Amino acid sequence: MRRKIIDHFLQIFAWSSAIMTFAALLFLIGHILVNGIPYLSPKLFAWEYNSTNVSLLPALLTTIITVILALIVAVPFGIFTAIYLVEYAKKGNKIVKLVRITAETLSGIPSIVYGLFGLLFFVTALGWGFSLIAGTLTLAIMILPLIMRTTEEALKSVPDAYREGAYGLGAGKLRTVFRIVLPSAAPGILAGIVLAIGRIVGESAALIYTAGTVAQVPTSLMASGRTLAVHMYSLSREGLYTGQAYATAVVLLLLVVGINALSAFIVKKISKS
Amino acid sequence: MRIVFLLSSLASILAVFLICWFLFANGLPAILKIGPLKFLLRQYWSPTNVPASFGILPMILGSIYVTAGAIIVGVPIGVFTAVFMAKICPKPIYKILKPAVDLLAGIPSVVYGFFGMVTIVPFIRNFFGGNGSNVLAAALLLGLMILPTIIGITETAIRAIPNELYDGAVALGASHIRAVFSVILPAAKSGILSAVVLGIGRAIGETMAVIMVAGNQAIMPAGLLDGVRTLTSNIVLEMGYASGLHREALIATGVVLFVFILLINLLFSVLRREKTR
Repeated sequence: MRRKIIDHFLQIFAWSSAIMTFAALLFLIGHILVNGIPYLSPKLFAWEYNSTNVSLLPALLTTIITVILALIVAVPFGIFTAIYLVEYAKKGNKIVKLVRITAETLSGIPSIVYGLFGLLFFVTALGWGFSLIAGTLTLAIMILPLIMRTTEEALKSVPDAYREGAYGLGAGKLRTVFRIVLPSAAPGILAGIVLAIGRIVGESAALIYTAGTVAQVPTSLMASGRTLAVHMYSLSREGLYTGQAYATAVVLLLLVVGINALSAFIVKKISKS
Repeated sequence: MRIVFLLSSLASILAVFLICWFLFANGLPAILKIGPLKFLLRQYWSPTNVPASFGILPMILGSIYVTAGAIIVGVPIGVFTAVFMAKICPKPIYKILKPAVDLLAGIPSVVYGFFGMVTIVPFIRNFFGGNGSNVLAAALLLGLMILPTIIGITETAIRAIPNELYDGAVALGASHIRAVFSVILPAAKSGILSAVVLGIGRAIGETMAVIMVAGNQAIMPAGLLDGVRTLTSNIVLEMGYASGLHREALIATGVVLFVFILLINLLFSVLRREKTR
């Protein structure tokens, strides 16, 4: 009898925990949509940011530029590293071990520590000041382990028969990797890249003291600019533009939801084929 | 081409080396100048006073309190949700719940922070008085933020437990719930433990969301309803205008945080190695 009661309680706890998790998400999204959508006016997407109209368009454009630049740096490094780990390195290789440990370390470092490093290295030591390039390089290091890991898994999931088939037809190692292995692993790699985009879009702590907070679209790599997440932080800290902050949160949420859905869609495509 | 691949793979090693080098080279001198014990254990942080006092104990405690709170809030809910998802939930519900948890993981921390600022903080203000930005608000918000981490890893750990254990328990007369909670869950404990450790890492490193709800007073936190400043917030709040020893002390704050994180990572990899054994 007592056992039955305990069983019941445990079951109730499990159900209510799941409901609470789901309700928290619904409440968060609902609250932001309800309060933010009324403020989504065309004015908020004006070309110029100024104190009377806190347009989010410059921040949105800066975000896109930042994403592209960070990917240009991080994706080749990430993919090449994964190729080395999976296709070239021998088992028990010391470098492989070290790469794994460092990648794990990198993925555990909080973004503020990246921001601090970017400030000390790119901004101060290299003398670049608060700039787009300092921000994007900091982000590139941050997403490197993510791209490495997803690419590595994608490469590993390519059956060895493909490689053997290519060798059998007389292809060299390099041709096999680029013409056979990489194309078959492409969806997995893409899903990883999309996840990395999501991280960049949501990042703020690593950017405030590297890319700075100027609310203009940066005209050069050495100019400062704020991404949408940083813009959102500034708005909500100032406390004057709560409505606009809600609207910015809506845009940010939609972006992230879209990016997540895209990544999930790609993964689903892979598991089907 | 092989050499290009090899060189690229050195990038992450170089990155970790540079990060360690620049943090320690810029932070350690300040710690030595202030005095390691004074820096870590003094209760006063007043960098602009004359004479200045650089004690980060309030922030160390702040980080620990807030993280502990997040674990207390997030772990039970997270573990129960994971059990629900892996063993109890009907399939149609799983199809909704799983993407929901993934989405929870993808929401940016500024959005969480803003959400906390406009919902949790006023709620606490109306309910308990005070201004509402305090340890409790930060703990609740961080508890929510670490949920996807806890749920994800715990669910994987539970699913990795071989079915024979469950079947055996049921064959011995245990009910479904009993088999899940007294056989499978204990068997998955190292996985759950690593989920908790990873959750601690995420909570202690979280910055923007905490700044927006925790109040940020650099004084010794005395209770749940007191404002609190964490190590991470200390850096962001003051780096903008700090100079000289003050700036170095902030970098040193980052060093302390970094060492915390390295220890947590180490613990995590030890736990994982144990699991694979």
